[in-house]
Parts: sequence; structure tokens; C-alpha cells
Amino acid sequence: MKITALLASAAMALGLASAAVADDKTKVGFVYVGPVGDGGWTYEHDQGRLAVEEAFGDKVETVYVESVAEGPDSERVMTQMALEGADLIFTTSFGYMDPTINVAKKFPNVKFEHATGYKRADNVSTYSARFYEGRAVQGTIAGHMTKSNVIGYIGSFPIPEVIRGINAAYIHAKKVNPDVEFKIVWAFTWFDPAKEADAAKVLIEQGADVILQHTDSTAPQAAAQAAGNVVTFGQASDMAEYGPFPRVSSIIDNWAPYYIARTKAVMDGTWTSVDTWDGIAPGMVGIGEISDAVPAEVKAEALALKEAIASGEYHPFTGPLKKQDGSDWLAAGAVADDGTLAGMNFFVEGLTGDIPQ
Amino acid sequence: MDLSAINPVQLIAFLMVAATPVLLAAIGELVVEKSGVLNLGVEGMMITGAIAGFAATVESGSPAVGFVAAAFAGALLSCLFVVLTQFALANQVASGLALTLFGLGLSALMGQTYVGVKPPATGKVDIPVLSDLPVVGPILFNHDLMVYFGIALVAATWAVLKYTRAGLILRAVGENHDAAHALGYKVVRIRILAILFGGACAGLGGAYISLIRVPQWTEGMTAGVGWIALALVVFASWKPWRALLGAYLFGGVTVVQLNLQAAGVAIPVEYLAMSPYLITIVVLVILSADKSSAPAALGRIFHASR
Repeated sequence: MKITALLASAAMALGLASAAVADDKTKVGFVYVGPVGDGGWTYEHDQGRLAVEEAFGDKVETVYVESVAEGPDSERVMTQMALEGADLIFTTSFGYMDPTINVAKKFPNVKFEHATGYKRADNVSTYSARFYEGRAVQGTIAGHMTKSNVIGYIGSFPIPEVIRGINAAYIHAKKVNPDVEFKIVWAFTWFDPAKEADAAKVLIEQGADVILQHTDSTAPQAAAQAAGNVVTFGQASDMAEYGPFPRVSSIIDNWAPYYIARTKAVMDGTWTSVDTWDGIAPGMVGIGEISDAVPAEVKAEALALKEAIASGEYHPFTGPLKKQDGSDWLAAGAVADDGTLAGMNFFVEGLTGDIPQ
Repeated sequence: MDLSAINPVQLIAFLMVAATPVLLAAIGELVVEKSGVLNLGVEGMMITGAIAGFAATVESGSPAVGFVAAAFAGALLSCLFVVLTQFALANQVASGLALTLFGLGLSALMGQTYVGVKPPATGKVDIPVLSDLPVVGPILFNHDLMVYFGIALVAATWAVLKYTRAGLILRAVGENHDAAHALGYKVVRIRILAILFGGACAGLGGAYISLIRVPQWTEGMTAGVGWIALALVVFASWKPWRALLGAYLFGGVTVVQLNLQAAGVAIPVEYLAMSPYLITIVVLVILSADKSSAPAALGRIFHASR
């Protein structure tokens, strides 16, 4: 009896002590869809978390849970974080959208930030990066680099963000190489190295000599390297360890400035629910160094495109563009509005295959 | 739709590679379960084998050393399960689950410095004339050693279980440990050996993923293969050749569905994505309609005094 009573009171004392400490620190929670060591998507979010720690030092405490399945399980993780006194919680995958909204309802005093979603509430912000701007640059390089004119694309889930990326890459590959053809494989996972490697190998077997991926691990890079003559692009993170070939460039997500700004807003009490969607210009989307495997003129063209997008003089979705079924989408010179982009559920003309519904 | 883009020969060759990790893990678990022990820690032992094999290969430069290290690491982790279930008589289901969670964490810790490192390539067995044969060559004679090892292991396991005295004793322990004990067989010792064998096989399967199939190290890279291996053992009704069939079926349909997708076949992707699981389950359920059932003492705790 004595021992249990002792233990219980000790635990209570500990609990009280940590609660007391937590009060003068801003506690920031992160929910990750993959492991922090995935070398891609989650890795970059974790870099953002570390940047928050660095920026605020003792004033902030960060916690994270990795490899949280999308769906109901994530709700449990978020609830736990909120109960443990988190002031601000970043949920970093599309599939956390409804769970985030549900948990946010139960904890009106906790601020939530959901990445890549579109549902907001008084205490739920959304944020995302305009990855399609980077995809446009990748597509340009890919269109030039392919010799077989077959580009393989590993999609994760058929959600607007991924579809947007495929469209942006295709439009710009087609622009520089009218014969280009996209083969798309849906992996239905964000992170499964074996499956991603298999998908890459299958695409290579079927003639693709450029692989674009919208999954989080570096496995497709390794598969391309084994094949020897296949070009890849880093996804979410630089994946520089596979450079200068097969990885010839990359899209880098840079979340650190946003995470720091939002944490600061919570500290200052100025946090409000917003919808942030930043691209190359503010630096949320970075283009990793284009390696020497890319011919100089192609590199120059890609960099010029990047500059044009950053300065705002060019939008990756500029008409004339048609939808896959041949119906008109954008007239010549017209630019896609954010609403259409955010909910994009169609392929542009020229892409083959159906989007899984 | 362009089915001509799919090369059936490469498809079959690729299938054998895709099936090898799950096959190795399943055959190890089959022996464990035949001895009457249910070890749900396959996933944990696989991922530990994956990082141990990867690290050893990177440090030594030799994939052979890596595979030996992976088998050793898998067996070593299963020692924990041995201590818990055979000596402390803990619940096997709970211990196995704990082993999986522990293995996932341990591997992440061990692998921290190996993220993004590239392993030395594992050579293929290149049998001069034979591997140049059309059709048969790429399918049968142009693989890495582990593919052959997996098949040989199935054959050996089958032969040992069916024809040898050792196999008979193992099965006796799994069917009725009290009777086996009464006959003077060392139940605990036999089970420990079976568990270690299972751990070594799982470790090899994991290393196959990190060294050959992917090849690189990423946290959580086995992504559920261990659980599929566990399911496979049950659906294969504890028969080695059926486990091989199930593994190839599973690997095959996985590869085929990716190929179909890339070729632009108009079957909804969701059906394709679930097809490996569905077809493997259906076929093995039909096969297991005969009288064979689980080892009678599966999952039961043995203590000589009871």
C-alpha cells in the first residue's frame, strides 16, 4: 500500500511541477506523418521545429510525435498534446484536416495550424506552399532532360495538391518538349520506401528516364541511381546526397520562417486564424541547386523561369489551357485563381489516365 | 492503355525480388509457430535486421557481412522475446507487440547516422551461359544470392519439418508441449532455438529491403512487411510451400498492379491497390480449406511444474 501511495503522490508532484514550468514557456507541438529521418517532407518540418527552438531558446518548448497515421489516430495524438499544455500545434499532413478541426473545437484556447488543408476555424489556421511553382521549374528541366520522352510520376494520393503538381510539371515539360508523355503511378502512401522504390522501378522498366515523385522518401532516388541513366528531383528536401546525378535539382520546403513567425504571434498574443499560401518569392519554396548534369542553357532557362515566377511576372497556370476532356479552362493570358487551384481535381489536356476518385 | 509496355519476363523476375523479404520473414515465423510460440515481433526484428545489415555493410563494405550481421541482430532481438516468454512466462502477444515497438525505436536510434548513406551494391549471381537464355535466363538465373537462399530455405524447412526427427520433435512441442515434456524433450530449449531461427530469418528479410530492394536506410522502412508475413503464415496454414506461394502471389500482384497503373489501365487505382491483399487472402483461404489447423499449443505458455 505504502509504495503505491508514494508513487502516486510522486507522480502528482511531478505533474504539478511540470505544469508549473510549462506556464512560462510557450509549448509548441508538431504532428508528423512520417519519421523525422525520412529525408524529405517530415525532415523539413522537423528542421522548422528546430529553427523555432533555436530562435526562442528557453522561452519555447517543442514536442513532436512522428509517424502518426492520418485519420482517427491523429486525433488522439493532438488531444494528448493539447491536454499536456501545448499552446500551438502544427499538424503537418493533408489527412489531419478533419481531426484538426475536431480537436480544435474541444480546445478553443489552443491554436492549431494545419498544413496543406482548406478548412479553417477561429483557432485553426491553414498554411501551405505553392509547390506547383517549383514543379513548373522541374517540369522545364525534365522536358529537356528526357531522351525517351517518357516521364514517370509517382503520386501519393489524388488530392488537389498532388494533381496541381502533376499539371504544373506536365504543362512546362510539354512547353519545351511537345513529344513528352507522363506515366503516373499512384502509390497511395506518403511514406513507404519499398513501395516507392517498386513504383520507380516499374516506371523505369516502362521506359521513363526521368522520375518525378510526390512521396516523401528518397527510395525512388536510389532506384534511379541503380538504373544508372535516370534523372530524378529531390522532393520536399534537397536530397543532395543523390546529386549531382541522378538528382539534378529539387524542391525544398522551407517552413522555418513561418513556424518562427507563428510561434512569435502566439507569444505576443497577436495570433489570428489566417490562410497562408506562399511560394518561391517569400522563400517558402526553394529550388535546390541545379547540378552540372544539366546543360548550361537548360539551367539558365530553368533559373529564368524561377525568377519570372518569383517576381510575379509569370504564373505557372497561364492560359490558353484546356482540361483533359478538351473543354476550355483558361483563355489566352488568363491566370488561374487560387480557389480553382486549391480545389484542383482535373488533369490538363494531354495527360492520360484518370484521377482516382 | 498500352500493355505492350509491360515486359512479362522482367515482371516475373521483379516479382521474385519483391517477394523475398516477406518470404524470409514468413518462413522464420512459420518455424516459430510450429514450435508453439506466437511471436508478433516480426516487424521489429525485420527493421532491426534492416539497420544492422545496412550499418555492417556500410562499415565493412561487404554485403555478405551485412546479411550475417542482420541475421545476428534479428536473433539477438528475439533473445529479448525468449527471456520474456520462455523464462518470465509473459504473455506472448503482448511481448511480441512490445518487441515490434522496441525494434522500431531501436532501429531509428541506431540508424541516425546512416540516413542518406548509400550502401555498396550487392552483386548478382551471374551464371555465364544460363543467364543469357531468353525468358528463363532473367527469371531463374539472374538474381542476387538471397533470392535463391529464400527458396532453398523454404525447401530445407519443408524437408526438415516433414522428414527428419528434429522436425518431428519441433512439431510435437508445438502440438502438445506437456506430452513432449513427458517424453523427455527440452520444450523450452527447442522453442528458444526456433525463436532465434525466426529472429535471424526476419533480420535477413529486413536487410534484404535495406540492402537490395530499396537500397538505403530510412526509419520505418519495412512499413508493415512483418505483419504481412505473420498473416501469410496463418493463411498458408503453416505449410512452407504455401508460404512461398503466398509470398510470390503477394509480391506478384503488387508488382503487376504498379505495372498496370503505369501502363494506364483503366481499372480504378483503389482496386489495384487493394488487390495484392485481397487476392493473397482469397487464394490462401481457399487452399487452407483442408483439415490442417494451427499447432495446438500455439501461444500457450509452458512451465514444467504445471
